Amino acid sequence: MNIDIAITLALYLIIICGIGYIANRKMSETKGSFLSEYFIGSRSMGGFVLAMTLVASYVSASSFVGGPGMAYKMGLGWVLLAMIQVPTAYLTLGFLGKKFAIVARKINAITINDFLRARYESTPIVIMASISLLLFFTAAIVAQFIGGARLFEAIGLPYEVGLTIFAITVIFYTVIGGFRAVVLTDAFQGIVMMLGTLALVFGITKAAGGMDAISAKLMEINPDLLTPFGVDGFITKPFILSFWILVCFGIIGLPHTAVRCIGYKDSKSMHRAIVIGTFVTGFLMLGMHLAGVLGRAVLPNIEAVDSVIPTLTVEVLPPIFAGIFLAGPMASIMSTVDSQLILASAAIINDLYVGYINPGAAYDDKKIRRISLLVTTIIGVTVFLVAFKPPSLIVWINLFAFGGLEAVFFWPIVMGLYWKRATASGALASMITGVILFIALSKYAFLLHGLHPIVPTFVVTFVVFIVASYLSKPSVKAVMRVWE
Amino acid sequence: MVVKTVNLEDIGEDKRYKSAKREALYSIILTVLYFVWWYGFAYGMGSKPLSGYKFVMGLPSWFFWSCVVGFIVFSFASWFLVKFFFQDMSLETDGRDDLKVR
Repeated sequence: MNIDIAITLALYLIIICGIGYIANRKMSETKGSFLSEYFIGSRSMGGFVLAMTLVASYVSASSFVGGPGMAYKMGLGWVLLAMIQVPTAYLTLGFLGKKFAIVARKINAITINDFLRARYESTPIVIMASISLLLFFTAAIVAQFIGGARLFEAIGLPYEVGLTIFAITVIFYTVIGGFRAVVLTDAFQGIVMMLGTLALVFGITKAAGGMDAISAKLMEINPDLLTPFGVDGFITKPFILSFWILVCFGIIGLPHTAVRCIGYKDSKSMHRAIVIGTFVTGFLMLGMHLAGVLGRAVLPNIEAVDSVIPTLTVEVLPPIFAGIFLAGPMASIMSTVDSQLILASAAIINDLYVGYINPGAAYDDKKIRRISLLVTTIIGVTVFLVAFKPPSLIVWINLFAFGGLEAVFFWPIVMGLYWKRATASGALASMITGVILFIALSKYAFLLHGLHPIVPTFVVTFVVFIVASYLSKPSVKAVMRVWE
Repeated sequence: MVVKTVNLEDIGEDKRYKSAKREALYSIILTVLYFVWWYGFAYGMGSKPLSGYKFVMGLPSWFFWSCVVGFIVFSFASWFLVKFFFQDMSLETDGRDDLKVR
């Protein structure tokens, strides 16, 4: 194991934990309620932090490990696919927009489920939303932990040791610092991701002797690598167009992305975040995936998709820098895990425990604090234990949880916000249909000719939502609470 | 006792929602424009047989225009969007009717 890489990585982990500690100090100073501080950081995010944490919530292991690995196999066509995410920052912030932020303040929403509860006044909806959130997040966090451990493998640590270091760090700062620690570390990790990406692209281009040499080399390996269609036409049009729903429009329905749209300070923060977020997303997507393609020209024979980026980093860059650059993908993974961990905890504490089991506890800050820290730790440790026996190809595991969450949350959030006639029956019907249909279609995906199951799922759940809403009585009281 | 019933149509809207909705619409329009750019260059220039490919800075031209230039252009477009089409307003509950137009 390389000592220079190890020292840089250790330093990085210490800084992250330090930020968690600062957030923890800040938390004890705050005057607002503990729930609002721990799960939404007392709505204090400024533009830069908002942009970084928003990007971090959808730039994950799949973008930094699995995605570039696929780009390595498929060529520039996979970079084209990744670039579908460029509008995500202005689409999510702009579309949910100020209305979502205003509504959240009116009903004092800390989580997405708080919004659903106020808008639909329905216990089954909140329970269903909380349970699917817990289920899918757990799967996603496991996948991310595995990705994290793989990075440590690349520098020569055994999988179990890497997993342990990674998990302990994330669980530690998330538990002690809550949402504030999550977004502050995201901001720092965002900067590390950008530096890592920049360095990797330059390092590889230099190692290969320039862009022209790389193109010539790729042409020699397989000309398909230079087309938008992938090797042997793998990236068909129905396939790539599906990703517009899955990783661009559908992102609006991801709870950990949407919750950031109720956590910023003011409209100026939002405006600034749109500009910074768009640039950072495009930069990371283009850089990391391009690095995967370019790497093919330098080291043409890497077998496992997941180890492409770590191997490239260690092989191509001087060891003293490799540690910093490996911290890039690590940052991307940590920053997604922490958002999901804190939301999973919020679902249990805020949505289920305070919402239904013990509403009075909301005013007992001491008790809530104790339970919150405990529950966050328990979720983290459980996932950590599950991750010891790893399945392969994290891209696909991750995308399954991803699509499942969108199938549940997308229409209830969007329609609840912009359609007065939306009712609880409509929302519930679309959520149930969404989960069942998405999972069933994923199993029979070969029937769809490359179309991702999320696309038919979105169409069907939309229709179900409308029909079921018109068949039920309008929810006047709930609408008044949100609209007036 | 007279029970007052309220229709959905009678529910007044917070004035700030009107401009919030317009901004939401602009965000979608800009997303659709990006799609057109992305699709147009990638498949317009990239569907030819490989022998007909042109290269810009060592990259195939479809990729250069669709992904590299597209990213830069739409980063600027997002700045343009908030600068000229988005409004500053109070988001607080007590800030009703307090729509500040610049």
